[in-house]
Amino acid sequence: MKTTKFLSLALLTGTLLVGCSSDDNDPEVINPEETITTMNVTLTPQGGGTAITLQSQDLDGDGPNPPMISISGSLAENTVYDGTVELLNETETPAESINEEIEGEAAEHQFFFIPNNTLNATIAYDDDESDYVSAETGVNFTSTNPVGISFTVTTTDASTGTLAITLRHEPKKPNDGTLADAGGETDITQAFTLVIE
Amino acid sequence: MKIYIFITLLLLIPLYGVSQDCNDILTGQVKDYHNKTPLENASIQILGNQKIVKTDNKGKFQIPSLCPGLYELEISHPECTTTFIKVEVDGITWIDIKLEHHLEELEEVKVVGDAVAKKTNSSLEESLKLKTLEQYSSGSLGDALKELSGVSSLNTGANIVKPAIHGLNGSRVLILNDGVRMQDMEWGDEHAPNIDINAAGTISVIKGASALLYGGDAIGGVIVMEQARIPAKDTLYGKSIVNGVSNGRGGNITTELIKAFESGWYLRGQGSYKRLGDHEAPDYVLSNTGVQEIGASLQFGKQLFTWGWDAKYSYYNSEIAVLRASHIGNIDDLIRGINNGQPEIIRPFTYDIQNPRQEVTHHLGKLKFYKRFEGLGKWNVQYDYQNNRRFEFDVRRGERDNQASIDLELTTHTFSTDFKWDAKELYELQFGILGRFQENFANPTTGVRRLIPDYEKYDFGAFVTGEYRLTDEILVDAGFRYDFNRIDAKKFYQTSRWEERGYDQEFQDLIINDLGTQLLTNPIFDYHNFSTTFGAQYAENSGSVIRINYAISQRAPNPSELFSDGLHHSAARIELGDLRIKSETSHKISASYQQDFNNWGFTLEPYANFIQDFILLEPTSVEFTIRGAFPVWEYRQTNARLLGVDTAAYIDWTGNWRTDHQFSLVKGTDTENNSALINIPAANFRNKLTFVKPEWNNFEFSLESQYVFEQNEHPDNITAFSPEQQQEVVLEINTPPEAYHLLGVSSKMEFPFKNNLKLTTSLTVSNLLDTNYRDYLNRQRFFADDLGRNIILQLKLNY
Repeated sequence: MKTTKFLSLALLTGTLLVGCSSDDNDPEVINPEETITTMNVTLTPQGGGTAITLQSQDLDGDGPNPPMISISGSLAENTVYDGTVELLNETETPAESINEEIEGEAAEHQFFFIPNNTLNATIAYDDDESDYVSAETGVNFTSTNPVGISFTVTTTDASTGTLAITLRHEPKKPNDGTLADAGGETDITQAFTLVIE
Repeated sequence: MKIYIFITLLLLIPLYGVSQDCNDILTGQVKDYHNKTPLENASIQILGNQKIVKTDNKGKFQIPSLCPGLYELEISHPECTTTFIKVEVDGITWIDIKLEHHLEELEEVKVVGDAVAKKTNSSLEESLKLKTLEQYSSGSLGDALKELSGVSSLNTGANIVKPAIHGLNGSRVLILNDGVRMQDMEWGDEHAPNIDINAAGTISVIKGASALLYGGDAIGGVIVMEQARIPAKDTLYGKSIVNGVSNGRGGNITTELIKAFESGWYLRGQGSYKRLGDHEAPDYVLSNTGVQEIGASLQFGKQLFTWGWDAKYSYYNSEIAVLRASHIGNIDDLIRGINNGQPEIIRPFTYDIQNPRQEVTHHLGKLKFYKRFEGLGKWNVQYDYQNNRRFEFDVRRGERDNQASIDLELTTHTFSTDFKWDAKELYELQFGILGRFQENFANPTTGVRRLIPDYEKYDFGAFVTGEYRLTDEILVDAGFRYDFNRIDAKKFYQTSRWEERGYDQEFQDLIINDLGTQLLTNPIFDYHNFSTTFGAQYAENSGSVIRINYAISQRAPNPSELFSDGLHHSAARIELGDLRIKSETSHKISASYQQDFNNWGFTLEPYANFIQDFILLEPTSVEFTIRGAFPVWEYRQTNARLLGVDTAAYIDWTGNWRTDHQFSLVKGTDTENNSALINIPAANFRNKLTFVKPEWNNFEFSLESQYVFEQNEHPDNITAFSPEQQQEVVLEINTPPEAYHLLGVSSKMEFPFKNNLKLTTSLTVSNLLDTNYRDYLNRQRFFADDLGRNIILQLKLNY
């Protein structure tokens, strides 16, 4: 029967093709592009002095190791500090700065700085969206909601407590400054234990 | 007309030569050609005469008051090719008529008027007819299957519906699409079957692993989708269905056209398009829940009784938006989502499908050939090809919205052949072999570490099944199957993960390249699986049927269970597979007792499934990253027990009023830890009242109530330290939602025109009272209520 012959031939070809299609090429390694491994916060006292750095570093991203936290020193009483946040992806060499992406999408991002009630410090935003160039339009944003790449910390009396820093993607903007009201997705959240003396 | 002569091995037994004027009787029996099962409801018409008789439940018929002479009979049955037979009537004439039954593969014999499952073998089996499938034309396969008792679904919103049988889903449920086992990445919880419901003619569900022909690993069961038989006559026919859907403000259209020739040639084309915008819960828009679905298939071939072939290509594409509020960052976001009571993001209605979304495309090609050997049986040989491409788009930073986070391409080639030896009256044997090659490619352009690695998979299977009719009442069956699976993967592990899993102790030899922070490994695993089934059916003439079946089946772990490794944004969880996972083994005992009386009947189906090394995914601990804390869901193996019962009953109150009742219950226990299993469907109770009035254009009206109990057996919640709250918090990810009750109504009318043109209109309203509810088996229950009221207006035109 002709059909039988045709079909068996077709099937045989199919099987042969199957036999040939496997190859031993190794897959390409993927270094995650979007991962933020490191947050460096620098607090520089206004009027001079040694800057304090806070670092949270999680080199394996969503791997099992927890982030490593290091704090270079304690803050002084009744001092105003200029703060900046730097975000890095250290899975790439050289490390890639993520700040550029955040700045380009400043209207979709916001840092939140929440001290707990035992830390005698207040935090204020020192930037707004119009400070940054939109990646979409190529010109500065016209809106003026806070972003938080630059901020200030004002200390009062000696105390110990935590400062939680959270970066939210697509929060409600403007918001009342609380995480609950802002919503969105958490890109980073880290609490640092600070000493004011 | 050689074939017809061949089909109709007619016996002419003139019993008495005494013939008086027109007092002769033609009597006989209509049976299925293959297994000799009597066919009920076959019509026998004498050509040139208005007289039509129907066969009774033993397939018998009688035409009295005939004059002696030669008659031509037309014998038709809803599921068989119409056959013409010449018969000489002289006195009381007996004739045996054998029809080729169309659901031959399943050997399902339709008993009209039966409310519940119909099976010929010993397993629990139920089917959905075209009429029901058409009702769900705008929905999905999983929605329609929930009509059957014991079938539930695991949902991700309203568009992603994964069928579950007796509490099990995913890789434990095989889906046979017109003879092709679907290979569409069924291992993912949020992956729905890539099937257009409008392409199916009937769907049967076998609740267990006893259909070894299809595979040995169907620990949950098998869903068999088949096409309606194309008649071997010169004809052109088709149908179109248009649905308008209020919830989602869209609809779908589907059309099918069939051309057939008496010579056995046929051509069938089918196409569907569906488009819905955002769905709505009673109180708010479920933002980003739209869907677009395209399905098309073309099939042609030649079917004769002695041989035939069939070529088919089908295409399926769907783009599904995933609830925006369900895409979250870490456990604090999840806790906020759970506590909020309503989704965090509610935007005005839109048709736009935005991120997060999925886009899947499935190509299926099939070539099949069969030949029947007289006095022996039927030989089938089939090759099929499938290509499944899946993209998942997340909400991403930078300009990456159009860069998929998941991009997988799964290609499968399958060759199978079997022989069914059905020439003997009392027994039947079927045996076959299968070879399969599968390749998965995970595209590195995503910029996200692969969730599922590149792999090649080789499968080989061989089975033999048999059936023996002990007496008229008792039919016994048995089967055996062996499956070999080899998986050869190339996977990158983070060095920290490799060590955390303890793989550096056991699998260090799998490493083929050490890149410092990442390791390239080449796991190659072989699995040998054995499956066995035996059972019996006892059918009494009084209308009661008892079935009992015992099935042992083994399933090798799927790629997700072995290799999963990474963060799922859709659920804010880290999912981890385990290379140590072995095959799981299920022992399932099922029984069914069915009894039909004059005006009512019932079915009782208890079952027990004991699974050794049951593979499950459960939250176990919490990991911290710079993004915050995430619950870790790990695959692990344990011993499990599923006990359940499905019951169904019907009552015919009068000719016009009828009620149907269904109750399903299943309890899942982890017997090693004596705790409840996750994602086991809650008990549910369905009742339906139907009014039919054939005189009013086949008017039909029904009211249905569905009560779903709260799942009171579930794993414990886990606690985690929340960096945001700076304290331990309970993650209520296992807390089930409350019980709920939904009402639905549906009505239908038919308007026949000339030239076989028929218009059917129907109106269906689901969640009639716009009830707020959440379902335990909907993965989006943490974030939003389920669907509100939905009104579907359907127009169907048969031509």
